[in-house]
Amino acid sequence: MYAFNYHKPATVADAAALASQHADGKLLAGGMTLLPTMKQRLAQPSDIIDMGKLNDLKGIEVKDGVVTIKAMTRHVTVATSAEVRKAIPALAELAGGIGDPAVRNRGTIGGSVANNDPAADYPAACLALGATIHTNKRAIAADDFFTGLFETALGEGEIITSISFPAPDKANYQKFRNPASRYAIVGVFVAKKGGDVRVAVTGAGDSGVFRQKDFEAALKANFAVAALDGKHQPEKGLNSDIHADAEYRAHLIGVMAKRAVAAAK
Amino acid sequence: MSAQGVGASVLRKEDFRFVTGRGRYTDDINRPGQAHAFFLRSPHAHATINRIDHAAASKMPGVVAIFTGDDIAADKVGGLICGWMIHSKDGSPMKAGAHPALAQGKVRYVGDHVAVVIADTYAQAREAAEKIVVDYGVLPAVTDTADAARTGAPQVHDIAPNNTVYNWHIGDKGATDAAFASARHVAKIDLVNNRLVPNAMEPRAAVGEYDDASDGLVLYTTSQNPHVARLVLSAFIGLAPEHRFRVIAPDVGGGFGSKIFIYAEETVCVWAARKVRRPVKWTADRTEAFLSDAHGRDHVTHGELALDAAGKITAMRVRTTANLGAYLSTFSSCVPTYLYALLLSGQYNIPNIYAEVDAVYTNTAPVDAYRGAGRPEASFLVERLMEIAARETGKDPAEFRRANFITAFPHQTPVILAYDAGNFAASLDSALKLADYANIGKRKAASAAQGKLRGIGFSAYIEACGIAPSAAVGSLGAGVGLWESAEVRVNPIGTVEILTGSHSHGQGHETTFAQLVSGRLGIPFENVSIVHGDTDKVQMGMGTYGSRSGAVGMSAIVKALDKIEAKARKVAGHCLEASPDDIEFRDGKFTVKGTDKSIDFPSVALQAYIAHKFNGQDLEPGLKESAFWDPTNFTFPAGVHICEVEVDPATGVTTIEKWTAVDDFGNLVNPMIVEGQVHGGIAQGVGQALFEGAVYNTDGQLVTASFMDYQMPRADNLPFYDVGTTNTPCPSNPLGIKGCGEAGAIAAPPAVINALTDALGHEDIAMPASPLAVWRAARKTMAMKTAAE
Amino acid sequence: MPKVSMTVNGKPVSGDVDSRTLLVQFLRETLRLTGTHVGCDTSQCGCCVVHVDGDAVKSCTALALSLEGADVRTIEGLANGDKLHPMQEAFRENHGLQCGFCTPGMIMTAVELVSRKGHTLDEKTIREELEGNLCRCTGYHNIVKAIAAGATAMGAKA
Ligand SMILES: Cc1cc2nc3c(=O)[nH]c(=O)nc-3n(C[C@H](O)[C@H](O)[C@H](O)COP(=O)(O)OP(=O)(O)OC[C@H]3O[C@@H](n4cnc5c(N)ncnc54)[C@H](O)[C@@H]3O)c2cc1C
Ligand code: FES
Ligand code: FES
Repeated sequence: MYAFNYHKPATVADAAALASQHADGKLLAGGMTLLPTMKQRLAQPSDIIDMGKLNDLKGIEVKDGVVTIKAMTRHVTVATSAEVRKAIPALAELAGGIGDPAVRNRGTIGGSVANNDPAADYPAACLALGATIHTNKRAIAADDFFTGLFETALGEGEIITSISFPAPDKANYQKFRNPASRYAIVGVFVAKKGGDVRVAVTGAGDSGVFRQKDFEAALKANFAVAALDGKHQPEKGLNSDIHADAEYRAHLIGVMAKRAVAAAK
Repeated sequence: MSAQGVGASVLRKEDFRFVTGRGRYTDDINRPGQAHAFFLRSPHAHATINRIDHAAASKMPGVVAIFTGDDIAADKVGGLICGWMIHSKDGSPMKAGAHPALAQGKVRYVGDHVAVVIADTYAQAREAAEKIVVDYGVLPAVTDTADAARTGAPQVHDIAPNNTVYNWHIGDKGATDAAFASARHVAKIDLVNNRLVPNAMEPRAAVGEYDDASDGLVLYTTSQNPHVARLVLSAFIGLAPEHRFRVIAPDVGGGFGSKIFIYAEETVCVWAARKVRRPVKWTADRTEAFLSDAHGRDHVTHGELALDAAGKITAMRVRTTANLGAYLSTFSSCVPTYLYALLLSGQYNIPNIYAEVDAVYTNTAPVDAYRGAGRPEASFLVERLMEIAARETGKDPAEFRRANFITAFPHQTPVILAYDAGNFAASLDSALKLADYANIGKRKAASAAQGKLRGIGFSAYIEACGIAPSAAVGSLGAGVGLWESAEVRVNPIGTVEILTGSHSHGQGHETTFAQLVSGRLGIPFENVSIVHGDTDKVQMGMGTYGSRSGAVGMSAIVKALDKIEAKARKVAGHCLEASPDDIEFRDGKFTVKGTDKSIDFPSVALQAYIAHKFNGQDLEPGLKESAFWDPTNFTFPAGVHICEVEVDPATGVTTIEKWTAVDDFGNLVNPMIVEGQVHGGIAQGVGQALFEGAVYNTDGQLVTASFMDYQMPRADNLPFYDVGTTNTPCPSNPLGIKGCGEAGAIAAPPAVINALTDALGHEDIAMPASPLAVWRAARKTMAMKTAAE
Repeated sequence: MPKVSMTVNGKPVSGDVDSRTLLVQFLRETLRLTGTHVGCDTSQCGCCVVHVDGDAVKSCTALALSLEGADVRTIEGLANGDKLHPMQEAFRENHGLQCGFCTPGMIMTAVELVSRKGHTLDEKTIREELEGNLCRCTGYHNIVKAIAAGATAMGAKA
């Protein structure tokens, strides 16, 4: 790791002030992405602003059919929350499938969404559920939030404070894991709310998470596995690596989407 | 059998310290005043080093010294060596390119050692290393095994034209070709035995230390064979004479071969410690382990099997290219030759075998012995060919194997080895029953009903272990003898210390060796301790690899115990006023035959040391004996593994549904430990078959340089294993044991791939059979099915 | 250098650390508790797992400074004197270790698993929960058995 100055602010406002002051600084949430990156000397922040003391950023609230998860809420908390399990079981299951138990004990939803790793799971849930990302400055619709590989709409010194997910009628997330890293090679989140159906795909796209509008249209007409028969994800725009080429990813998107529709509840 | 003697599943002594965090591994050792080393490694697979400028780096905080290859050379320190000479077909010696500990003039693989920075802290050393400016002249690289000897390929070492280390062969070409000419059926295969990264969980580490008072060196290191390390560092690399050089390998966190070898980092740490007059410590991070631990396997092979009209094998013909990487690692040259081709007869009566092996240099990490070393490559080839031959001739794969089993022993194979004992059919029968082979059809149908493909695969492997008779390996080119030493020190109160040249890195020697001694001397298990891994304590030894510590290491202990018993009998004779010949020794007691006059072992030990009851001129006081055991033959563990898989053709995911292993390891010292060894070996073999593969791109970058890309077997990838044994004692050592450390890794890969190809209905799948690869192969299966309908 | 204080194995400890110091470095180098191991640089092997306020955490992926005031338990703090914790005993009895390098992390992971999922653990659950712990020696067979047995034993004790 390169050397850095360490800060542990007590309020979101202080954290935001520090973040604006130190243009090359980084917010630290669970550290499950940031620290490995720093250890491998792939990041060299001048300052680390540890959000560990920001207790206002922890917790889950379900109100009027909307599940609001504060940014510093750990994956384990979401996975085991009875309220989330009741309102959006697919979301709890997704959280329970991130990394391993020790990763889930530290990693946070805010860190995951802010990082927008193209193979991360939460971004798929955000898009498919039509989530809103709240920051210390504004509210951003998920559709506008994820702007590219590791790119988001967040500005300098902007801190995610919570994410709210309107509960769907039915949803499910199917993840096909990279056999080595266990991140998603393909993750498909399918959600149905009234007449609307959203299908979000993570792990596969060369510019990160995306919506599969073709599948959405077919499922809006008929929310059934058979509706996806004959529907194909084009290979163009998909990643290729040693574990999965674009053709395989395209195929898996179809398989995972069908499995998600079949399992949706 | 006593409760804690040979044959009992005694719980391990070493575990208390390991489960409480009190193990002591190399990285746990800090020496006063120690500095830290960081190795600057080549980012290029192949490049000239035109200039190294470390002026700015040397001024960085905490830097103690920066050394390059020229500094080591100026000190007249030799390069790293390969200790096994192989001669080509034409009689010429192998082409061993220079292997300096720090590169000189040229780097030959990504991770090659360019310079070492020594600083007060590791962070400082690493930071300073980033300030070293190296002017590289980047050259084109060659990484592909099959491509390396092509005319015009980039040349790794000038001394080795066409990147060829040797063109070696074995067997009778004429007779083999003739057998093929008259064959009724010939089964053929082209295969790649994938390159693996050993990945012991403990990364390599070293602490070098210099003592001015004695002008001596000490090296703490992660080694499976500290004495061999000292021998090489002393006699060949020339760091210090052996009597002023101590190598200590404390607890070792797994090795699987990778910690046999003498590497650049350990060499440099101990050399530099004298230069800077401070202890120098280095611990690999995982990325360094991926880049610079010796890798395993990496063969490209064409094999053929000739059958007569009755389905009997008449000959085998093999052509292999083995990738040895950028430099010859310590034992690399013998792996694709004597550890490989000698096993090509498998469990079968094959009258004619001819094998050619070309070893090549490439711009990749050196390749050397990894769990099984050569034998997994042989057994993969043999067992894949057997399966294909059975399928092509419409025979049941189990019965086809049985029909070709060697049934009479000793059996001289056409490839040097003479198998001394075995009962291959017994293992097969037992495995067939355990695997419920009779009902496989039903299980396949049940899977098919779910849209899944199920398959079953066999592997009837044999290995040559208990490495090895010294004169025999000497005649084959080994630079060392492969005996083992033991010293038994009986203390005056009858407790015993065993000093052994074997060195456990997970095998549990502190337990198994103590079982042997406690059973033999009739003393409590707790009263025996094992001393190993320290060249100042144990005089000499050859270390632990090749499943040799039971068959060779324990045999040395038996030999020393024989001497102890003989001497103790004399002492007892004096105490009991009887002739030693009239004394019997049983359950820890010396008794005058036919009387109730007796004395127990601890009392004899005391008498041996106080020496009151005998004349010290006739009989030396004390009770301490040592022995060297040189084996008379290899040992031949063999067995049958059966793997059952289910494939989801929609995703390419392969699930291992059932694993059956029936192994014949001869007599077992500790069945619990033996089973554990089998489990671990299977997991590594399954890893090779389904998950693991080191991938270099054409530029020579290692694409799989972390656990993010190199798939290690995890708990949820593997099933429980059904493990059984049969028992044909080994005739060539006193305990009748054959060794069990590598069996699983040798047996498993062909069992998995045979199961997978059975499920797929075609042979078109390579290792590692990743979901992507299996998905593609399953598409072919589905297309074949559609076409057939 | 900043100072960090925490409780480790029931004892208050503190030390001056470089801000970069990871929890595992603080434990191994500052406190010389070398039972916690490092097996990778990508937070995947689990050799380094300890408990922080009761949660299993990869100590290679946490800054010591972040854990000011935390209650940390390492493998050294699990046994009661020479009396092994039931999970340690289960690893020993089931031959759940060979070289011992992954073992501290395995045991710490297992103990926390029991705290979350109870004393009756099926094979599938155990294997899934070991997602973040690699072992190169045992093939996992005996680790899975050890954890099941240790979980039961922990229940019997309670
Ligand atoms: C072994 C392992 C396996 C994993 N497997 C998966 C997986 O399967 N699926 C998956 O989705 N993820 C996986 N992860 C990543 C994990 O989910 C991370 O927890 C997550 O991506 C980042 O969350 P964090 O809280 O750890 O953030 P940190 O690492 O602390 O921060 C990540 C980035 O987000 C920024 N940031 C953090 N919080 C905020 C905030 N509130 N507002 C603005 N910016 C912020 C930080 O500055 C930093 O740039 C894995 C990680 C590891 C180590
Ligand atoms: S060392 Fe922490 S996960 Fe590998
Ligand atoms: S016991 Fe060696 S890594 Fe697990």
